Amino acid sequence: MTTSADDTLLPLYRQMFLIRRVEEESARAYAQGKIGGFLHLYIGQESVAVGACAALTKDDYVIGTYRDHGIALARGMSAKALMAELYGKEPGCSKGLGGSMHLFDAKNRMLGGYGIVGGHIPLATGTAFASKYRDERNVTLCFFGEGSVPIGDFHEALSLAALWKLPAIFICENNEFSMGTPLARTLSVEDITLKAAGYGIASDRFFAADVLEVRERIGQAVTRARETWEPTLIEVRTYRFRGHSMSDPGKYRTKEEVEERKAKDPLFNARQALLKAGHEEAVKALEAEVEAEVQEAVEFADKAPQPGRELLESTVYVGPFAR
Amino acid sequence: MPRELRFREALRAAMIEEMERDPMVLLLGEEVGHYQGAYKVTEGMLERFGPKRVIDTPIAESGFAGLAIGAAMAGLRPIVEFMTWNFSAVAFDQIVNNAAKIRQMSGGQLHVPIVFRAPNGSARQVGSQHSHAMEHFYAHVPGLKCVAPATPADAYGLMKSAIRDDNPVLIFESETLYSAKGEVPEGDFSVPLGEARVAREGKDVTLVAWSRAVHVCLEAAQKLAHEGVEAEVIDLRSLRPLDERALVASVSKTHRAVVVYEGWAYGGVGAEIVDRVQRLAFDELDAPVERVGFLDCPMPYNAELEQLVLPNPPRVLEAVRRAAYAR
Repeated sequence: MTTSADDTLLPLYRQMFLIRRVEEESARAYAQGKIGGFLHLYIGQESVAVGACAALTKDDYVIGTYRDHGIALARGMSAKALMAELYGKEPGCSKGLGGSMHLFDAKNRMLGGYGIVGGHIPLATGTAFASKYRDERNVTLCFFGEGSVPIGDFHEALSLAALWKLPAIFICENNEFSMGTPLARTLSVEDITLKAAGYGIASDRFFAADVLEVRERIGQAVTRARETWEPTLIEVRTYRFRGHSMSDPGKYRTKEEVEERKAKDPLFNARQALLKAGHEEAVKALEAEVEAEVQEAVEFADKAPQPGRELLESTVYVGPFAR
Repeated sequence: MPRELRFREALRAAMIEEMERDPMVLLLGEEVGHYQGAYKVTEGMLERFGPKRVIDTPIAESGFAGLAIGAAMAGLRPIVEFMTWNFSAVAFDQIVNNAAKIRQMSGGQLHVPIVFRAPNGSARQVGSQHSHAMEHFYAHVPGLKCVAPATPADAYGLMKSAIRDDNPVLIFESETLYSAKGEVPEGDFSVPLGEARVAREGKDVTLVAWSRAVHVCLEAAQKLAHEGVEAEVIDLRSLRPLDERALVASVSKTHRAVVVYEGWAYGGVGAEIVDRVQRLAFDELDAPVERVGFLDCPMPYNAELEQLVLPNPPRVLEAVRRAAYAR
């Protein structure tokens, strides 16, 4: 699979490369004990978030799971704000209170990463509801894994979005494993988009090998939602190169399988296409730029102040604390 | 001039006025529209506001609660009616993990102005799965506010405050009170969240209650008066925030307290009140604080057994006698 290069591929490659490098550095910081709790890396799946967000305008909403770093960066969050959040520091996007799983960026309409599988899908139906209620032509992109498909909230959210024709695009990032359990042992039907038929909504299903194709295919659903309010269920076939989280050695799949998938890395595809199209200088320049940006983010996070205890109460309620 | 309204009419009047004031306020839930409300609280609202703002939902509590939370994050101000609070159990994750936590998880960037309301607690022989007192589960959670009115005036005033509040507010109503009449002041007024009310003044013992149990306490207080005991009845109205000052003020006067409520005694709001009273007014107490809640079992269907399990005036009297060291 190759990626065809056009003028828009360069900035998309930059975003994918930024995500990859931020993830690699956060893995390193985690190993050094600078990041606590859970850390779910997006390495291998970058083309999904980047291609999907490239199909949006700034007023559209995006919402995702705990594997949210890529989505946040693709939506325009700075590497500094993200890394500071992973370090639990005060200038982090959520003031160090959310952590890796709860990245929020209201300015860029990234309405969060959520830690309960499937629990955020009804929220996305709700932001889409608000857009339609106010007759705004915004859409909502909702990202989740195939591990969310068996749980009730997925079905209730799709059912309501279909019933009330709400402009939401439900993007199932099928990376083939719910934590360590392969799809064949969690779903009776492999093709997730068959669920769309039951709700009477449009669907699409494709591999994430080419970021431009991701943008194009998700763009069709975005246009449909914007013009007709119709929701879409999209299954994007992807693969994570790392474990479910940092504590997962990935013993449920073979080294050979992972290596085979790494050879089809969409990030590498994009880079090869750019080189082939004669963008070598530009690629090297942006890679150096990203490298500096990531290093700066790591140093920034390291030196940033800890959040003060006054945040504990002031962030819970609007107005006085209710006790 | 006060007007006389039934409890359900007071709730409805407050919702209608707020929906007329603010186009971002909307109502959704099962049977709220065409059916006119499972308990007729929302009667006529569909005709008044149309299907865009009075929305019948399918039976999917987690789905529509989550949808409403998402809509609130995006700037709407939804009122979510559960047919009863019992059914909110399948939306527990949405309320506890999303509504209550989104402001904090986002470092204060987002907030969730939403009202969840429903009848709560016992409702005459509806069995164990339909008789939960769910406020005990929710008042536990920082990020939520919980209120439980006992009169039409407070139903109206607390509904107004709840809709205008920028946080998730849960209103615990009682099916057994929906037809109760009471005076509601004319004009736009609200009852602040977190302020208790003295429902009856007395000097000998404090009875603390909310929602339906306030009426149980008032009945018990009348009986006690015949025995020469003057009970003060504190109607908490809000469970979170909790009006500590009202509790301390009353106990400082009476030196004895009995907490009366629907729900099991193990943990819960009753235990919280006892803790606050003993901690904040320890020197004022002449006896341990007593509690009268559900007996510790799922609600039985049988009418006589149900009455035995519920807090009732005879059980309140017994508890008062214990608190007074009387036999």
